[in-house]
Formats: sequence, C-alpha cells, structure tokens
Amino acid sequence: MSVFSDVAALLVGLKTTLGETFKPHVTVQWPEEKSVRSERYRGRHYLRRYDNGLERCIGCELCAAACPVGCILVIAAENTAENRVSPGERYAKVYEINMLRCIFCGYCEEACPVQAIVLGPEYELSNVSREQFIYTKEMLLEPSPQQPPLYAGKKSQH
Amino acid sequence: MIRLDTPDPFGIYSNPVGHWFVVVIAMLLLAFVLITATAYVVFFERIALGWMQRRPGPNRVGPGGFLQLAADGVKGLFKEGFAPVGVDRVLFVVAPGIAVASVLLGWAVIPVGIWGSITYWISDLNIGILLVLAVSSMNVYAIMLGGWASNNKYSLLGGMRAAAQLISYEMAMGLSLVPVFLIVGSLRLQDIVGFTVHWGPYSGPIPLLLLAPVSFLIYLVAAVAETNRAPFDLPEAEQELIGGFLTEYSGFRFFMFYLAEYLGVLTQSTLIALLFFGGWYLPLIPGAIALFIKVVLLVFIFIWLRGTLPRLRYDMLMRLGWKALLPLGIANVLVTSILVVLLS
Repeated sequence: MSVFSDVAALLVGLKTTLGETFKPHVTVQWPEEKSVRSERYRGRHYLRRYDNGLERCIGCELCAAACPVGCILVIAAENTAENRVSPGERYAKVYEINMLRCIFCGYCEEACPVQAIVLGPEYELSNVSREQFIYTKEMLLEPSPQQPPLYAGKKSQH
Repeated sequence: MIRLDTPDPFGIYSNPVGHWFVVVIAMLLLAFVLITATAYVVFFERIALGWMQRRPGPNRVGPGGFLQLAADGVKGLFKEGFAPVGVDRVLFVVAPGIAVASVLLGWAVIPVGIWGSITYWISDLNIGILLVLAVSSMNVYAIMLGGWASNNKYSLLGGMRAAAQLISYEMAMGLSLVPVFLIVGSLRLQDIVGFTVHWGPYSGPIPLLLLAPVSFLIYLVAAVAETNRAPFDLPEAEQELIGGFLTEYSGFRFFMFYLAEYLGVLTQSTLIALLFFGGWYLPLIPGAIALFIKVVLLVFIFIWLRGTLPRLRYDMLMRLGWKALLPLGIANVLVTSILVVLLS
C-alpha cells in the first residue's frame, strides 16, 4: 500500500538526518583553523631574493605590462658598483601593488623572467583604509638573509 | 502557585487580595521562565539543525554560543519597526501581540510538576485542555490579520493559507484527544497527567502513549501544523511567498511573531509530554527534571522534522488533513470508545 511506503520513506529520511547529526562537522573554524591551500594557490604577492641577499627583480616592468588591471607600478633605477641591489643592470627603485585592484590572476608571476614576483598562500588581506592596500616594496620584499627579519624590526618600533 | 498537599497552605487563597497577589507573581515568574526558555529553544534548534547539516551552528557569542540569542534579541529590539505605506496601522501593530498572547494564554492552565507532589500552576481549570486548544487556535487570527493588514499580496496569501490550514488540522487535533478524555475521564490536565492504572501487580502512572498511540501520532502531526513549522510552514513559505505573512514585518514586531512560533513549539511539546508521556512522572527522577527531559526530546522531534522534511504542497496538505488524519481520528475515537465500554 502506498501509505506504508510513504511512511517508510519518511522514516528513512528521519534516520538519515539523525545519522548525520552525530558525524563530525566539516566547518573550518576560521580564524582558529585555516583551510588547507594548494601549492599553486594565488594569494598575497612576494618579491623574492637570491640566496646571497640580492633582489631578483631587475626592474624590467614586464609584470606591469602583463597585469590586466594595471595594479603594478615599477620605477627602475640603474645598479652602480657601490650600490648593487640586483645582479642585472637595473633594479626596481619603486615597486607598488594596489591590492584593491589586483585580481590575483598570476600573470605577473608568469611574465617575470627571473621569478622575482610570486603569489604566496596568504589571503587574509583585509584592512581599514584604502591607502593601506597599496603594498610597497618594503612590504612585498622577503627579508634579506643578512638583515634582521622585516617584521621583527617593525614590532620593535611599537 | 505552588500546590502543596494541603489545599490552602497559609490561608492565603481565602484572602482575595493575597490570592491575586500570588497569582500575579506566579504569572510573571512563568512568563519570564517561558520567554527565556523560548530563546533557548531557538538556540537548540540552530545548533541541532547545524549538526544535522554537519556544521557546528552558532558558537561565537559567549561560551559555546550560549549568548547568541541575547545578541540577536538586542539587535532585533533596536531595529527600526518599519511599516510600509498603506498598511492597516492598528491591525499591523496588534497582530504580533495577538500571536504572543495566544500562545502565552495556554500556559494559564498547563501545570508543571516540580518535586514529588509539588506542582506549579496558574489556574486549575476542570476543562483545561479545551482552553489550551481554544487559545492556541487564536494564533491564526494573528497570522491572518497580520497578513491582511500588511497590504502585500504575499502576506495576504500567507494569511489565507494559515486559515485554510487551521481548518484542516484543528478537527483532527481535537478528535485525536477524545480517546485520551475517554480513557482518563477528565479534561483537567492534572488528572490526565496523574492517570494511574491498576493492572494486576502493577499499580501506578503510565504514559498514555501506550493506550492511545494513534492519538499521539495524529496530535503530533497536527501540533506541527498548528505551530506553522516545517513541513507545514505554508503560511511562511520563504521560497514561494517571500516569508508569507512575515514579509512586511521587521524589528520588534517580527520578533514577536518569532517568539510566538517558538513559544508555540514549547507549548505543544509540553502539552504532548503532559498528555501522552505522563508529564513529570519518571521513576527515580524529580518531577521538574523528568518533565524537562521529555520536553527537550519532544522539541528535538519538532526540529528533527524541520531538518528532514521538505514543505508539503498545498493540495497535499489538504489531502493529508481531510482525507487521512480526520477519518483516522474518527476511527480512533470509535475504536477507543468501544474498547473503553467493553473493558470497563
């Protein structure tokens, strides 16, 4: 009879939800827990260095040319014998990324001939003013192995 | 009021002023307890529904999210009570009040066992259960008037649905309780709770569920319909009616409808516990705790149904009410009457 099959279907449904009730939750409790991100995740940018402390960026502006939203500003300067910043002829004197415009497409990373700019795993980039979303070279550059870490220095100022 | 074994413990009931003083204090205390309990019914529902969907539910405000409802309540109270152009001002404001009042009124006759023979009650009416049925049906006026006064076609449709749904279920609900009255022989809730049997060696209270299981099933379905909750939440129907009668309500008035819905769940759970599960009688466990356990389990059934079943289509609801529950209720009354006559 259809009544019994209907009631049976109802009970199957109730059994299913009750079974699900006591299974472990799938929620990631941010910010206490962070979700696992893949190695190829495109988050906040970094400017890398060589192992000897020289900057990789040679100021070629290919990243700025490749950027579809035009959020990268590079102003290059010549390397001199007494002030050698990168191994090439030039280095980036100013390197700024407007994080409000950035769409995290990763084209800058692909365009870079020396793998200087990479997109890291960090995604918690919220801030309180528009100005603070302009990431300067000091913020983007990974700390030099010869220098104290960037953030340790910043903390001591407070 | 606290009922002790002596009918008039301090001579206070023979003094009319003292009597009313005690009654008013008792009512205020009960209202306070109920509204707090209702908040935790909402919290319980959000946690339980979350777990059914394999997420933790609200757990940020206070330890384990326990103060989430306080935060939501404060937020709701301070929100603007917006009323759109063209509403019927008086009815728009009165409707949420009727909703809360109708469910709170039922508690005038619902007794709560505390410890041993001590019982907390406001009024010991000899037709108590009829009063509960009558005032809880008044909830539909709130929905109907609120829907009509909102000057919105979705609200009006929600209100009409509530009225049609009430007519379909109220008959089955009333009929489902007739066997209980036949077995117990009284409409007083205290008598129904205190129903005892003398079966050979066993002599004591038993849950009426064992004697009237069909009544329990019909009453449970009708109670879900009465509180307008899933799968019978057609008056609200977020998907097709944009919230139905609640569409134009916001702020405090919305909260009053919300309070009425969850207070209704609490009222119906307590009633089912009293009618079919022997109220505050459990072996070895004090009355208040026994009743609490039963009410929590019954509230969980309401939540469980909501977490499982999709909303019924309108014609399905009508068919279930008129062609399934009502005939079943009548047959239940007939069979129980015959059995009661034969066995007595």
